[in-house]
Amino acid sequence: MKLVAAVIKPFKLDDVREALADIGVSGITVIEVKGFGRQKGHTELYRGAEYVVDFLPKIKIEIAVDDALVDKVIEAISGAARTGKIGDGKIFVFDLSHVIRIRTGETGPDAL
Amino acid sequence: MIDRLIRRGVAPVLLALAALLPTLALAQDTPTLDTGDTAWMLVATALVLFMTLPGLALFYAGMVRAKNVLSVLMQCFAIASLMSLLWAIYGYSLAFTDGGGLNDWVGGLSKLFLAGVTVDAVSGSIPESLFMVFQMTFFIITPALIVGAFAERMKFSAMLWFMAIWGTLIYIPIAHWVWGGGWIGGMGALDFAGGTVVHINAGIAGLVAALVLGRRKGYPGTAMPPHNLGLTVVGASMLWVGWFGFNAGSELAADGTAAMAMVVTQISTATAALTWMFLEWLRHGKPSVLGIATGAIAGLVAITPASGTAGPMGAIAIGFGGAFFAFIASTMVKRSLGYDDSLDVWGVHGIAGIVGALLTGVFADASLGGAGLAEGMTIASQVWVQFVSILATLIYGGIGSFVILKVVDWTIGLRVTEEQETEGLDIAQHDERGYIL
Repeated sequence: MKLVAAVIKPFKLDDVREALADIGVSGITVIEVKGFGRQKGHTELYRGAEYVVDFLPKIKIEIAVDDALVDKVIEAISGAARTGKIGDGKIFVFDLSHVIRIRTGETGPDAL
Repeated sequence: MIDRLIRRGVAPVLLALAALLPTLALAQDTPTLDTGDTAWMLVATALVLFMTLPGLALFYAGMVRAKNVLSVLMQCFAIASLMSLLWAIYGYSLAFTDGGGLNDWVGGLSKLFLAGVTVDAVSGSIPESLFMVFQMTFFIITPALIVGAFAERMKFSAMLWFMAIWGTLIYIPIAHWVWGGGWIGGMGALDFAGGTVVHINAGIAGLVAALVLGRRKGYPGTAMPPHNLGLTVVGASMLWVGWFGFNAGSELAADGTAAMAMVVTQISTATAALTWMFLEWLRHGKPSVLGIATGAIAGLVAITPASGTAGPMGAIAIGFGGAFFAFIASTMVKRSLGYDDSLDVWGVHGIAGIVGALLTGVFADASLGGAGLAEGMTIASQVWVQFVSILATLIYGGIGSFVILKVVDWTIGLRVTEEQETEGLDIAQHDERGYIL
């Protein structure tokens, strides 16, 4: 099992969710985050006072999937979240050792 | 305003008429109440209070950081209450009664505690009680304007002391000089609705307060963006609407001059809002919400002294001039000089007030569409008189504010501690938070 985490542009969240649903992903976790990468921040201006905002709002999604589905998930996220402009985000893949469904006590791939 | 009082009261013109038409003059000599004028002034008075609560309070509240939002709302609210009482107890009397031998400088004590301001008392064509409470709302908004200059760092108790003393020693005499029969009105200065008395006066007090208190901790290095520009736009919009009471109400009657005051107020404000928007667009690449709202305020300020005398095309020039110079002062000069007039009381009210007061002398001339200058006045001589009235307000208000602030600082201290400033005035001074989300 793998845990796929992706940081994406907030306005791409709906597209990503749909693309993941199409390939059979049954659940995702969404977190509002702030950060910077190559895009850096932006400047704001109030009556001539310029402020650099270092951290931009982004969306982080997390998906736990079976090994067989990982490549399709990565493909779906990169396809749906790409604009071609700087700041599209990144995808991180981790090994996932254990999953438990709280309601039934199921474990492993059955719990996904 | 004062020339209307003279016209409606015992003006020399009426004395001359009395010789020709004794019976008619007798009828006009006794002030009679006009219900139309009274109805309008009741509304205008409510509109001017609406400028402070909630207009100005929201305008300022949106521009401070979230941890200080209640502190500026509270300051405006407390000032409105405090000034109302001071005005009723002695303010009205000292500003608007005859001061005898001292009349050039200050009024008298004959109406202390509103003595004689009865149900039947008439001033011009409206109840005197109405004239008194209309003027009270000006006594409220002027100190409330100053709040923006020292926002986010002044102790609440010190703020109350400063405002009470400033209102008494600075506002009341200047209001008397201009409107109450004092020397500035006497030399023919035009200030229909309070360019000098309200805006230049608040502007210079704000600048001095910003200098005496010093910068906010972290200014200008730390980001201190407005926490809710939505509130600021709502506040600015209420100020715009309320200002019709301020300017058109200063005619003290429902007549053609009042209607024209409303027209020029609208035109000047619209011009100034667009001026600021386009200036910012040119200079920084984008038009901003704070910019267009600030521009509107600059236009309202600039037309204030001219609203009874300028014509509609003069209003375009006044609105443009007010916004142009206020833009330079607030966005460029302030930052290069480094003082922390937090919400630009001097940059907007002081500068647009001065530009408006000077241009009032120009656009009052009939050849430029104005109501016409007094006999014997030229544009040059009128502008000179305007200049003298501005200078007097700046000097008296500036030095007076400095002394009052120093006295309050020596006695109870002006500023909160550094720790309280970092924590925010809402918690430090009021044990409350504006947002519990």
